[in-house]
Amino acid sequence: MSRQYETVIGLEVHVELATRTKIFCGCSTAFGGAPNTHTCPVCTGMPGSLPVLNKRVVELALAVGLATGCSINQYCKFDRKNYFYPDNPQNYQISQLYLPICHDGGVEIETADGGKKVVGIHEIHMEEDAGKLIHDEWEDCSLVDFNRSGVPLIEIVSEPDMRSADEVIAYLDKLRLIIQYLGASDCKLQEGSMRADVNLSVREAGAREFGTRTEMKNLNSFKAIARAIEGERTRQIDLLESGRPVIQETRRWDDAKEYSYAMRSKEDAQDYRYFPDPDLTPVVISDEMIREIRNRQPEFRTEKKARYIKEFGLPEYDADILTGTKRLADIFEEAVAVCHRPKKVSNWLMVETMRLLKEREMDADRITFSPEHLAKLIGLVEAGTVNGSVAKEVFEKIFDEDVDPERYVEEHGLKMENDTDALQKTVAEVVEANPQSVTDYRAGKKKAMGFLVGQTMKATGGKANPAAVNQILREILEEKQHE
Amino acid sequence: MANVISDEVIDYVGILAKLELSPEEKEAAKKDMGRMLDYIDKLNELDTSDVEPMSHVFPVHNVFREDVVTNGDDREQMLANAPEAKEWQYQVPRTVE
Amino acid sequence: MELWQMTALELGRKIKDKEVTAVEAAKASLAQIRKVEGTVHAYVTVDEEGALLRAKQAQEKIEAGELAGPLAGVPVAVKDNICTKGMRTTCSSRMLENFVPTYSADAAERLTDAGAVILGKTNMDEFAMGSTTETSAFGVTRNPWNPEHVPGGSSGGSCAAVAAGECFLALGSDTGGSIRQPSSFCGVTGIKPTYGTVSRYGLIAYGSSLDQIGPVGRDVADCAALLEVLAAHDCRDSTSVARKDTDFTAALADDVKGMRIGIPADYLGEGLDAGVRRAVLEAAQVLKERGAVVEQFDLSLVEYAIPAYYVIASAEASSNLSRFDGVKYGYRCEDAEGLHHMYKKTRSEGFGPEVKRRIMLGSFVLSSGYYDAYYLKALRTKALIKKAFDEAFAKYDVILGPAAPYTAPRLGESLSDPIQMYLGDIYTISVNLAGLPGMTVPCGMDAKGLPIGLQLIGDCFKEKNILRAGYAFEQARGRAPLADVGRLTEAEKKEGEAR
Repeated sequence: MSRQYETVIGLEVHVELATRTKIFCGCSTAFGGAPNTHTCPVCTGMPGSLPVLNKRVVELALAVGLATGCSINQYCKFDRKNYFYPDNPQNYQISQLYLPICHDGGVEIETADGGKKVVGIHEIHMEEDAGKLIHDEWEDCSLVDFNRSGVPLIEIVSEPDMRSADEVIAYLDKLRLIIQYLGASDCKLQEGSMRADVNLSVREAGAREFGTRTEMKNLNSFKAIARAIEGERTRQIDLLESGRPVIQETRRWDDAKEYSYAMRSKEDAQDYRYFPDPDLTPVVISDEMIREIRNRQPEFRTEKKARYIKEFGLPEYDADILTGTKRLADIFEEAVAVCHRPKKVSNWLMVETMRLLKEREMDADRITFSPEHLAKLIGLVEAGTVNGSVAKEVFEKIFDEDVDPERYVEEHGLKMENDTDALQKTVAEVVEANPQSVTDYRAGKKKAMGFLVGQTMKATGGKANPAAVNQILREILEEKQHE
Repeated sequence: MANVISDEVIDYVGILAKLELSPEEKEAAKKDMGRMLDYIDKLNELDTSDVEPMSHVFPVHNVFREDVVTNGDDREQMLANAPEAKEWQYQVPRTVE
Repeated sequence: MELWQMTALELGRKIKDKEVTAVEAAKASLAQIRKVEGTVHAYVTVDEEGALLRAKQAQEKIEAGELAGPLAGVPVAVKDNICTKGMRTTCSSRMLENFVPTYSADAAERLTDAGAVILGKTNMDEFAMGSTTETSAFGVTRNPWNPEHVPGGSSGGSCAAVAAGECFLALGSDTGGSIRQPSSFCGVTGIKPTYGTVSRYGLIAYGSSLDQIGPVGRDVADCAALLEVLAAHDCRDSTSVARKDTDFTAALADDVKGMRIGIPADYLGEGLDAGVRRAVLEAAQVLKERGAVVEQFDLSLVEYAIPAYYVIASAEASSNLSRFDGVKYGYRCEDAEGLHHMYKKTRSEGFGPEVKRRIMLGSFVLSSGYYDAYYLKALRTKALIKKAFDEAFAKYDVILGPAAPYTAPRLGESLSDPIQMYLGDIYTISVNLAGLPGMTVPCGMDAKGLPIGLQLIGDCFKEKNILRAGYAFEQARGRAPLADVGRLTEAEKKEGEAR
């Protein structure tokens, strides 16, 4: 390649909002219902049905807009986007084109060289999701389920401010964290509650004009996004180098084949005939509503991190990791609220949790155990009910199956042996059986103590309280010395 | 007729509207649409430069629902209207080639 | 007087007084339907069995004291674009020939809650697009006054059914005159309420920003009583307005003293049939004699209403009717080659010519590059029209004029020239654009024996003004007669025998 090229990337990020009901009807947004059970005349496009806007959708969209420094269109409207597709029951999608709720914001990201840059947000608008299409392998047909039809989305449209896959990932990470902190969405890429379409063009380094861009869809993970960007960049440069033009089009990324395909069809005119939806009234957002949403904004990462250091005395490194995912921060705070042992909680999260996440190849977002169970486990350790090694074993069970540690310890007989008489007897037997160690100890070889503790633990099946064992042993050994 | 509608325009609108017109219907549609547009062009006699487009006659705004689940399960009656259904879903010709 | 000849309120009173039962009333309507339906064809669906069952249930509730309203037990008809749960709702289109809604429209629910007994669904222009009821996929409805003539449209079935005594009251819908024009042609009373007064939930949309459901009846009082039942805020329709002044029957006072009535000079000019003009001016004279202050004025912008309307209504219709695609309900073509072909074939076979014409026009005016020039221009024109009415209502309580430029045309005369047909809506369409209430009251007959309708237009939310004017006029002139379809068929018989 003789010439140097610059990649120019903008993103359209769709985020499913965490509401109980759909954007225009009272159907549940819960995941995984049987086909077409979360439906009604409105979200299946029955003739005569009419949409009514879910207030919560406006509040959440507004919260995201304010948290990303957007200006608010205090008079906003919904428009119909007309196109035929079976997952779209009315054959128009209710969205916002002319007056989106938020515009002209931005988020700051860190660049590869450690610097900072702002990725501009062109606009954020509210819209409805489509249903789900399944392709029947046997009968040459597709099947439509409208459970997801009408689930509220916001689309966050960035400016073409990103120049590499790293910047794209950094932007998405930042966006995700903000939205998760707001509780506006869980932002799970794999499950589709956060989806990104990549608009990409290339231009010769130093050129002022943008090149022709393509839009890529079907990107289900950060890794797929990175690969798709690299693939599309190469494809466009190859075209330009061989003197062929890049065509403005929508392409579908096939991550398995690492190649994108044009989604063109002669039946796809891409002329959406937007017009204001006459079935919905405008949304007027008062200064008071903006103030209220602003006041309700949660503590974001920076403030939270500072508080963890100040309030709980956590090391900066730990505070950074814990606040890096909303899920971890939530677990930390909820567990601390129950057991009041911030350092212990932090330790369990930083060490054992991190280890298991790595082992299971999981994101922290996908942690399912309840913080209360972790808190209970810490309580059991503190009370001397279980010892350290048993606790680790129980934690793994909590992590995988969210077991109640109290019940689990009870049912599996893992309680520490605190019966002093019995323990006294066992220790006496161990001392009796190991005269050499006793002699060694008394001769000043303090290591012999460790051996005797180990033997005692073995004799109790690991359940003895190590502190108690130590104390009894010491008493016996010193006692005999005095004789 | 000031507005002459070409075959291309009629074909294009047919794609947008998902209507397939026979050659006779197409000729009629070209004529009808041209005449209607001539008639509609009468609006250009009006100076509307200072007028805001009026979607709603009344200044009603902020009509909201609370975020409360209300759906029942009507899928049986709902799907009874479907021309083709399978496994509680609507069946359509294959959407991806 | 036979049962079927009474007004709805007269019948309601007799039912309340236990002189007649709801079942007897339903049977009387069904008998009249059997007698004249072969000539009139006002219904798409007559649900005889269901109607008798509903009448029985209504009667039980009346006897138990659970139903005491003025319309309890009264047989009614519902236009076939208003969803009725479990009862086929076709919009007179092949597209929805077998569609059975899973829910009822708010208006239909309110009818039932008031104890009215739904007999069936009335014929209409396909998807309410037309002015003659000839675009129905299920055959034309004939004018009960003369079966060689159209009943008007699109609520032609509802108006013909009322005029022919095939029901006591009916629901219609009005997007550009679809209640007022057929009411005029059939010699019945019909009201298009202020936009937002009756919920559109369950009304199969044509032009969402213009559509309103309204009553069709034998006189002003019947319509006021039905509108009182229908008008209510509905949280399922975002454009529904919460009103407090819906006690419309309270406005039925024979008193127009001091009422300011304006007649737009623009409504009396070129294109208006001389007989219609005379009847309307006579009606104005009647009101003047009763103390109203009547004068002519210039409304302006009248000729711009129709082009603006066709842009807005067609644009909205092109989008509203895109849901009919052969996937979820209704017609699906045979032998499609792939998805997009299925869409095209289904829609081309399922829709009639007038519907296709408007969908094409609507898709075009919204398409890339034309939105501003056509759609936004039409919305700006709408704003100007609204302003012209606002100025008029600063001076007048009621605007009076004809409902249509002529009486009912002969069957088959209208469809050949769409624009000519559209021009027939010149007096009604601007009322929809401005969201105003309008009412047709019969005001005479032309030389051919066809009814003439007077249109009364009120300012937004001022239905009471037009009801008062209409009621006073009716008191002065007497209630309009029902069409005697039997007599006509007898006459035809004699004619046949003579030949």
